[in-house]
Amino acid sequence: MLSATNLHYKYTNGEALSFPDLTCAVGETRLLLGKSGSGKTTMLQLLAGLRKPTQGTVTIAGQNLAELSAAALDHFRGRHVGMIFQTPHFVRALTMRENLELAQTLAGNHIDKQRINGLLEQLDLGDKAKALPGQLSVGQQQRAAIARALVNEPAVLFADEPTSALDDENTSRVVKLLQHQAEAVGAALLIVTHDNRLTGIIPQQTRL
Amino acid sequence: MNLLQLSWKNLTFKPLSALLSVLLFALSIGLISLLLNLRAQADEQFDNNLAGINLVVGAKGSPLELTLNSMYHVGYATGNIKLGQVKAFFNPKHPIVADAVPLSVGDSYKGYRIVGTIPKILEWYGAEVASGGIWQHDFEVVIGEEVARVNGLALGDKFRSNHGIIDEGDENNMEHDDDFTVVGILAPSGTVMDQLVLTTNQTYWHSHEEHGNGGKEEGEGDKHDHADHEGHDHADHDHTADHAPKSILDEDSEKEITSLLVKYRNASSFQALSFPRNINENTELLAANPAYEISEVRRQFDSGQRILGILVLAITIVSALSIFIALFSSLRERRYELALMRSMGAGRGKVFGLIITEGLLVAVIGYALGIALSHGILAIIGGSVQDDFRYTISPWKFLTAEYLLFAAALLIGFVAAVIPAIQAARTDIGETLSR
Repeated sequence: MLSATNLHYKYTNGEALSFPDLTCAVGETRLLLGKSGSGKTTMLQLLAGLRKPTQGTVTIAGQNLAELSAAALDHFRGRHVGMIFQTPHFVRALTMRENLELAQTLAGNHIDKQRINGLLEQLDLGDKAKALPGQLSVGQQQRAAIARALVNEPAVLFADEPTSALDDENTSRVVKLLQHQAEAVGAALLIVTHDNRLTGIIPQQTRL
Repeated sequence: MNLLQLSWKNLTFKPLSALLSVLLFALSIGLISLLLNLRAQADEQFDNNLAGINLVVGAKGSPLELTLNSMYHVGYATGNIKLGQVKAFFNPKHPIVADAVPLSVGDSYKGYRIVGTIPKILEWYGAEVASGGIWQHDFEVVIGEEVARVNGLALGDKFRSNHGIIDEGDENNMEHDDDFTVVGILAPSGTVMDQLVLTTNQTYWHSHEEHGNGGKEEGEGDKHDHADHEGHDHADHDHTADHAPKSILDEDSEKEITSLLVKYRNASSFQALSFPRNINENTELLAANPAYEISEVRRQFDSGQRILGILVLAITIVSALSIFIALFSSLRERRYELALMRSMGAGRGKVFGLIITEGLLVAVIGYALGIALSHGILAIIGGSVQDDFRYTISPWKFLTAEYLLFAAALLIGFVAAVIPAIQAARTDIGETLSR
């Protein structure tokens, strides 16, 4: 599970932000809402340990991130945090399967071919295992990014604007998929969005 | 999916850019290795063939030519000298000269030179007879290992010599009509002995003088008048019976040889140091110090090598730059994936290591290709160099310097990659991914 208390962050240009407290339990889905430019992505990065807050604490699966050294934090993130970025990025020289294997290796896990095959099947990418990222469509890339975020069975799954480029039908499909997958691995799911279509589906919401 | 595999995939993802880096690197390593090998092998052969010889004595002319002809069996002789002029060198009581070996040169067999001399020469060069015995009678020959191997000659085989120094395959060669008989084959010695056909000095006199020239023999093949050969018939006499072994000192003083190899009693004595000058100033003879002449040749080599060295250095710098530029510009395209890897648990050290490994990979592949290139070139040019210069190249001999070169290659790969690697390790995940 995930909790954040009293988070503050100061950009290098001096602009300071403070963020509301937030908790998200195992199996729970929560929306983090706010207009563009309100610091949603920054808060997401603070929660995921990609940035260090100037004040306040983030706890993931009982671990206070501030207590970890930089190297230990990298390692912890690999193991317990799954991230789905607004634009899907992959290691361009590796096939889809290899990208998932890399995610497992970087997290310090053994390569689990069964897990990878299962995920690719569930996300309808079974025939794309040997394709390079550049050969996938945008929708396929997004599903592949979800597969990669889930491959290590994280404690928390972060999704940054996962539906901004999708139509209504696909939006509800992707949200269902995310919820279903997060539930399957017992992860807390936090979706950062300004997409009002989601507010109707997911009642747990935090506003910036 | 370890770092090495990942580096390899990254490298082969942009094959043309990687190929350029690898080829440039291979070119630089290949040239360095080629220069080192040629230099080392030339030095070794020059040294082996010095054979402790302090002085070469021959007819007036160029001392370098005399040295090259008498010691390395390259080029032409300066002329001939009369035995009477050099008999003093054979005097066992000579204050300076410890020992001397007379040489008669000018004929060849299929590109291999026939040298009339005394068996002592084997001792000087550290050559040993592998099979058969030494030459005792005229027209008996002992052949070097390479001569036997290349021409398929065995003990007891007979062949005819070519007058003058003729390359294999020359259609216009003149044959002497005397048969040489192989009585011995030398073990390989790594010296010029491997490439010579050895016989007595007297053999030269028979094969050249008996054609009506009397005592006026010219060792220089090209000046020889071949009209005299016609109508002369050797077929009905047996050389070994006709010319019993006889010490060269007992021969007529008017007889000629080409040159004399000399060893001093004490090379650092005052008399020995001024000995060549005395000969050159006071006699009709030319005395050349082979060590000095060879060091002159080396000096010429060195200045050529320096220029090549600068060229090679420039290529090396360019190849290092090409690795640097390829990595650095790929960082721009790969900054998202590097940030992504960081977000997936790769520490800064791992990202640093990834880029370094890519640089090292180029260096290692380039090194392997370069070494293959240089030894391939050595193998290809080896044959023609051997024919032209009596200079054997062993393409599959690897120098210690080439192992050091491997370390240098790794260092270059590392240095070229270190700045991009630091840049990559500094990737800020948050900043990069929020763009």
